[in-house]
Amino acid sequence: MTIIGVTTPLAGYLLVAALLFAIGLAGALVRRNAILVLIGIELMLNAANLNLIAFWRFGPHPEALTGMMFAIFSIAVAAAEAAVGLGLVISIHRHTNTTELDKINRMKG
Amino acid sequence: MSPIFYILAALTLAGGLAAVLLKHLVHCALATTVAFAGLALLFLQLDAQFAGFAQILVYIGAVAILIVFAILLTRGSELPKDGVFSRTWFVGLVIAAGVFAVLAWAVLQSVRAVPQQAAVPVVTVHDIGNALVGRYVLPLEIVALLLTAATIGAVIVAMHEKERPG
Repeated sequence: MTIIGVTTPLAGYLLVAALLFAIGLAGALVRRNAILVLIGIELMLNAANLNLIAFWRFGPHPEALTGMMFAIFSIAVAAAEAAVGLGLVISIHRHTNTTELDKINRMKG
Repeated sequence: MSPIFYILAALTLAGGLAAVLLKHLVHCALATTVAFAGLALLFLQLDAQFAGFAQILVYIGAVAILIVFAILLTRGSELPKDGVFSRTWFVGLVIAAGVFAVLAWAVLQSVRAVPQQAAVPVVTVHDIGNALVGRYVLPLEIVALLLTAATIGAVIVAMHEKERPG
């Protein structure tokens, strides 16, 4: 990866993960729709998983499987999070008839 | 760095960008699927076959379908009248750029400290299974409990409420 002076493969994967995390964060902060915010959160979780797998692959003890296991459990937790989050979005849509976050202001002080 | 890495990274990042930027929610869901697939291929490129296929099964098979269901159930396929970006979009963009700057700075600063190219780890599904029911059996049980609770919770939260009397 000579473009920006990075020579190790691990740094390349970490940069891709950082960029994906930033994209997901921007999506979660910038969009108005609650579903898009959830998509942004999923992208951020995935970026973290890529970090875990990359560190597992290039770390000193890959046979210990620590990073791989962490990523697998993280995938499972992300699936649970997506199910609950989308259930909440559907419930909010039933109550307020919108998924626009700007319009869901019932608890605003 | 192999050219395959660059292609997969470009695919993943393009999918992520499209998911965040596109107007139609259904297009966003499809772009998210592309990003998930690119990540699964990156996992495979990192010799993490099990995690790659778990990613395909869980994310492309389940999470993407859930997102599409949620979009259709909330009639999200209709375009909103006053734009898809919030009023404070510039602040969000600055925060995201700042986070990326910090992360990239940290990665580039630690290039020499991070581990170098290692030998390809030989990990079979057999090893992963043994680890799951051996050393990691307690986290496995907790995840099983969490998934059960989350499924029941999602059903209860999204369940249609009865009309209140009066």
